[in-house]
Amino acid sequence: MNLQTEYLGLKLRSPLVASASPLSEKIDNIKRLEDVGAGAVVLYSLFEEQLRREQLALHHHTTFGTESYAEALSYFPEPDEYHTGSRGYLDLIRKAKQSVDIPIIASLNGTTLGSWEKFAQQIQAAGADALELNLYSIPTDLDTHGWEVEQTDVDIVRTVCESLTIPVAVKLSPFFSNMANMAKRFKEAGAKGLVLFNRFYQPDIDLEALEVRPNVLLSTPQSLRLPLRWIAILYKRVEIDFAGTSGVHTGEDAAKLLLVGANVTMMASALLRNGIDHLRIVEHGLTDWMERHEYESVAQMRGALSQIHSESPAAFERAQYIKAIMNYPMG
Amino acid sequence: MAEWMTLDGNEAVARVAYKLSEVIAIYPITPSSAMGEWSDEWASASQLNLWGTVPRVVEMQSEAGAAGAVHGALQMGALTTTFTASQGLLLMIPNMYKIAGELTPAVFHVAARSLAAQGLSIFGDHSDVMATRATGWGLLSSVSVQEAHDFALITQAASLKARLPFIHFFDGFRTSHEVNKIQLLTEDDMRAVMDEDMVRAHRQRALSPERPTIRGTAQNPDVYFQARETVNPFYAACPDIVQAAMDTFASVTGRQYHLYDYEGAPDAERVIVIMGSGAETVHETVNYLTAQGERVGVLKVRLYRPFDVERFAAALPATVKAIAVLDRTKEPGSVGEPMYGDAITALHEAWQGVMPVIIGGRYGLSSKEFTPAHVKAVFDHLTQAKPKNHFTVGINDDVSHTSLDYDADFSIEGADVIRAVFYGLGADGTVGANKNSIKIIGENTDNHAQGYFVYDSKKSGSMTISHLRFGPNPIRAPYLISQANFTACHQENFLERYDMLAEAIPGSVFLLNTRSSVDTVWGDLPRSVQEQLIAKRLRLFIIDAHTVAKDSGMAGRINIVMQVCFFAISGVLPGDEAIKAIKKTIEKTYAKKGEAVIAMNLKAVDNTLENLFEVTVPQTVTSSIPMMLPVPAGAPAFVCDVLGTMIARRGDSLPVSAMPIDGVYPSGTTQYEKRNLAEEIPVWDPDICIQCGKCAMVCPHAVIRIKAYEPAALVGAPETFKSTPARDTEWQGLSYSIQVAPEDCTGCGICVDVCPAKNKSALNQKALMMNPQPPLREQERVNWEYFLTLPELDRNLIKPTSIRQQQVQQPLFEFSGACSGCGETPYIKLLTQLFGDHSVIANATGCSSIYGGNLPTTPYTYNAEGRGPAWANSLFEDNAEFGFGMRVALDKQAEEAREQVHRLAGDIGSELTELLLNTDQRDEAGIYTQRENVAALKLRLADINTPAALRLLSQADSLIKRDVWIVGGDGWAYDIGFGGLDHVLASGRNVNVLVLDTEVYSNTGGQMSKSTPRGAVAKFAAGGKRAGKKDLGLMAMTYGNVYVARVALGAKDEQTLRAFIEAEAYDGPSLIIAYSHCIAHGINMTTALRNHKAAVESGQWLLYRYNPERAERGENPLMLDSRPPKIPLKDYLHMENRFKMLELSAPETAATLFAEAQDDVNNRWAYYEYLANRPFNGGKPS
Repeated sequence: MNLQTEYLGLKLRSPLVASASPLSEKIDNIKRLEDVGAGAVVLYSLFEEQLRREQLALHHHTTFGTESYAEALSYFPEPDEYHTGSRGYLDLIRKAKQSVDIPIIASLNGTTLGSWEKFAQQIQAAGADALELNLYSIPTDLDTHGWEVEQTDVDIVRTVCESLTIPVAVKLSPFFSNMANMAKRFKEAGAKGLVLFNRFYQPDIDLEALEVRPNVLLSTPQSLRLPLRWIAILYKRVEIDFAGTSGVHTGEDAAKLLLVGANVTMMASALLRNGIDHLRIVEHGLTDWMERHEYESVAQMRGALSQIHSESPAAFERAQYIKAIMNYPMG
Repeated sequence: MAEWMTLDGNEAVARVAYKLSEVIAIYPITPSSAMGEWSDEWASASQLNLWGTVPRVVEMQSEAGAAGAVHGALQMGALTTTFTASQGLLLMIPNMYKIAGELTPAVFHVAARSLAAQGLSIFGDHSDVMATRATGWGLLSSVSVQEAHDFALITQAASLKARLPFIHFFDGFRTSHEVNKIQLLTEDDMRAVMDEDMVRAHRQRALSPERPTIRGTAQNPDVYFQARETVNPFYAACPDIVQAAMDTFASVTGRQYHLYDYEGAPDAERVIVIMGSGAETVHETVNYLTAQGERVGVLKVRLYRPFDVERFAAALPATVKAIAVLDRTKEPGSVGEPMYGDAITALHEAWQGVMPVIIGGRYGLSSKEFTPAHVKAVFDHLTQAKPKNHFTVGINDDVSHTSLDYDADFSIEGADVIRAVFYGLGADGTVGANKNSIKIIGENTDNHAQGYFVYDSKKSGSMTISHLRFGPNPIRAPYLISQANFTACHQENFLERYDMLAEAIPGSVFLLNTRSSVDTVWGDLPRSVQEQLIAKRLRLFIIDAHTVAKDSGMAGRINIVMQVCFFAISGVLPGDEAIKAIKKTIEKTYAKKGEAVIAMNLKAVDNTLENLFEVTVPQTVTSSIPMMLPVPAGAPAFVCDVLGTMIARRGDSLPVSAMPIDGVYPSGTTQYEKRNLAEEIPVWDPDICIQCGKCAMVCPHAVIRIKAYEPAALVGAPETFKSTPARDTEWQGLSYSIQVAPEDCTGCGICVDVCPAKNKSALNQKALMMNPQPPLREQERVNWEYFLTLPELDRNLIKPTSIRQQQVQQPLFEFSGACSGCGETPYIKLLTQLFGDHSVIANATGCSSIYGGNLPTTPYTYNAEGRGPAWANSLFEDNAEFGFGMRVALDKQAEEAREQVHRLAGDIGSELTELLLNTDQRDEAGIYTQRENVAALKLRLADINTPAALRLLSQADSLIKRDVWIVGGDGWAYDIGFGGLDHVLASGRNVNVLVLDTEVYSNTGGQMSKSTPRGAVAKFAAGGKRAGKKDLGLMAMTYGNVYVARVALGAKDEQTLRAFIEAEAYDGPSLIIAYSHCIAHGINMTTALRNHKAAVESGQWLLYRYNPERAERGENPLMLDSRPPKIPLKDYLHMENRFKMLELSAPETAATLFAEAQDDVNNRWAYYEYLANRPFNGGKPS
């Protein structure tokens, strides 16, 4: 059984890739991911906004109330150095590269064009094999047009791609007016892969405390449907690699994504919920399915059920949705 | 090539002491703490000493402990030091005798400080050092930051050679905290001065099993005396050795010192003899006076012990006719102060020729200003035929008439020195910016620079005054600036309160941070400010620094903005060069904190200049805005005349006769000091309020008050006064008001954060919401005054176990100067609400003694009957014993009073006797009844008028129940006072101990205590605390008869209340350990109660009550009031900078320690759960 695949020009032993999550904060976890068969590891995202907040909070708390009262002119010692900014993240890349043989893909979320470029270069210099741009933002300004949002994203991708030699993937949201057009534009901007899709953490309501609470919901297998559709639609229509993420919990889920054209399938929720060893089970599930269906390799599977290879291409488009609803058994 | 650097005295000393030590034993005490902090930070960063190894820096539980550790380390031949001051030095004295008696070289670096007598003072004088002069230690005094740096080396070298230990001392604050430009010693300099043979000899004398010896024998009358005399040759040789070290030092550095340095006219007739920083003032004044032809001089005493009689006499010019010896200490009852006595003796023994007139005087106690005007007064005084001896200078002694008159306008400030005074609001960054300015000028130009900073005694909303001098020559002016070329007011509301322009010289600059515009500012200035601007022809510049700072992302921190203005206006550096230097400093200072911090500061620099404007000063005074009175008219006379003068910062002008003779001050005086600190204050919405009482309970400043009262009382209420029917079913028919004291509120916002009542249709609207104070000030001031006139609810109608009712009890602790949002004060306030009218409080030194007892005004107050807590602070280390002594005395007095009642029963009458002896005082009603009984007793005794009756009359109040509360922080309870606390708990006496556990030494700036949790970063634990928190409660429980509770107000307020009531009710020792959030935790103080909650929910802080009375009933005495941990510990740790910063400074250590801390949580929970659930049978485990 040949599980090998190619993603962003990197040769992977398996299409099962750990996506960005807190698991990759520890080197031990990265090693374990390699041990259980991950084809690559995407590190958790470096959020520039978070780094900024962290620096300002540190500054605030170490200076707050100082130089005011004669007996306590400060309240904290002043260490020689801090691991603020990207330093900790870059150290993680370096250590990960020293510790494992599988590719290490860094992930970045910046705030300004300049900072995207700067951090991307730092990440490349630290030795990352590839970079995933995490285009995570929620535009809420009433006066910002959709096209402006799109153009900003494309500019970021172009700027970063032009400044790097390592391959760049774009992890994007599904909320574009025309995803296909955006996929094409990202490709033209220099991206080598698309990661479909980013999951936004939606706030929840605590009905007892009557408060809004941030609440991380892990994905469910149902989440798979969205990337499944779009990879299927875009496969071969945009010459770019695809990573399917969201809702990959079993070998069968992975098989579906590969069949519609994904180069790799990414997992976070399933590993967070079931532990890192769960990746072995997923791999077993995938190989088991392949054996049962007499597939010899991932390459053989890839895109077999994409829109262009599907017997019913329209099934991936809107009509299918109406039909599905109409056929839903009513109780 | 020696490097020039601007730094303060503490750092200057620590840099050398660290290099020359192998073991450093430390303990925090102002003003020396910074030397220990530097040492710990350097060791934590693995900086090497002169011999290429990292010194071991160890924090001890007290200065006594530090001295013991030093003694032990010295016995092992290690080069050992410590840093201390004041009471800390006193605690070292026993070991000092031993160390000297054993001829052991060592150096203590002392930032000399006042001793606590009629009151404590953290400021500088020589009282502490003078208390050690019989110990046999050498005493070497340095006068400036440069000398303190240099003498740190000279003392160590001389000590090793002389085999005598030394105190190297310099003036607390004046030198320890003065920033000056000095020439740094290099390692080569140090090597050249240190004699390696002596280091080896010291090590060779160490105790070693390889060559065993015995030290510390017990000696008998036959030989002790002779043995004591064996050391004489070492003392005799010592002065030569010290001078030789000074000479070697001079050959290396070019800076020559002598044991006694004379400066002035070679043919001087009048000479001042002086030690410490004051010598610099005298030196400069002598230069000024001799230039005018006066024959005066100064003898700077550097080596005070061993006193070299010959050199001392030889240093004086033969022409001297009159000498004034100035001591910065007081020895009541002595013939004269110590150095005066030594000088007379020395000259008596060694003076050749006609003996000059010698008089002694005192100056500068507790950092009292000592200026050229004072020096001139002394020299002038020496011209008199019969000068006053034992004089004082710098104060007005209208009681004993010791003081010399002086001309306050006399000044010797040179025209070549730029002098700038900055008035800032504490924590607005002013001081930090000025320290940076000094560095920029000192390190970018050939100019010399000096900075000294005067801080307020309040922890919140205080004023800072920065005094900066710059000039081409070394600056020897250890006194405040009285003639400023540049004055800056960084907080515009100071203008109405203090005379900001008193120091401004004609034609100088005044920079004002104001929200007013160029067009409106003139009209907004108080009349006296306008008058001075015109009369002194001042140039006025304005900037709205708060807006510039806020727009740059630095709300509240106006430091950079004001710094840029200073450079732009003063022209100390060319404009572009100054901006470049500021930016460079910003980049250097904040490099490690990250680009975001740098960017924010750089933005502020760029935004400043375009917002700085010069205002043309009109020629006519137009303002009718008066200066505010320091205290409201109508305040008691003492408050107006004495405390008010202190509040107005004119305390220096108070004469001796104004001061209480024994340190006793009236209660309840904070009510007169209206500080108006809050930009926003809470506003109550009665329609939303559920009357839970939580806001009042958590208010750290007792500014939110609740009253329930008969509606009829509302007659004459101001129009805007709010009232609503009381919701409590037991208070039906009563009205209910929550009122804020607008001028006392600090605006911390904790009340709003804790308020659970929300508008059902807009959940961001609570029953309390913060609103800008200025528009509300007058209206709410009137409402507040009206509120105070409403009657307090009869305490019999209040159920103390219910917060919603209990919180109408009047707090007898109000408006303290604690940090805004303090975590300790709500507990103290609760104590006073519940038991204040019959409590005596013994308070350990620390935050609670400072906000509890720091002048000018104090927060413990009294109720309408004039009753309230009686409060005293003894020391840091003895508080449990202090309170214990109170208890023993009260018990004895009560016992004796009861005996007297028995004896006089016939006269008193059987019915009253019965009541006096048997009234049950366990609750308030009983205490009230007993007060009535005692009042009746007093009436009867007055008629009896026998000696026995008079004796009982003086003790009658002892028949009323008295609580003793022993209050202090964790530094006291866990460390320095633990032995005493343990003893007092074990005594079984009925004392109540309240430990305000901030988990660090908060008052001295956050040093580690044994209460500090594992993984927390604190001073003295810069690399994160490795050991777990000591479990004080568990230790106390092992006695079995101690009531113990751990509480956290923000986690379970009902449990806190219950614990206080149970602890007080328990007839035996009780201990309450109260989680107290603190500014030193690095938290958002507004939402601090959420940290309480997280601490409890994570299991980091267990809530429990251990009540021995339950054991007597056969129940398990331990009740766990916490639930099993439900959030990971990390969720709590990440809320606080003290933990978070370890992740940022040492991530790997943090990972390890945080994991261990989680283990602590798990193990602790398991253990306590076992203790609380184990079967109990008849008070014994079955």
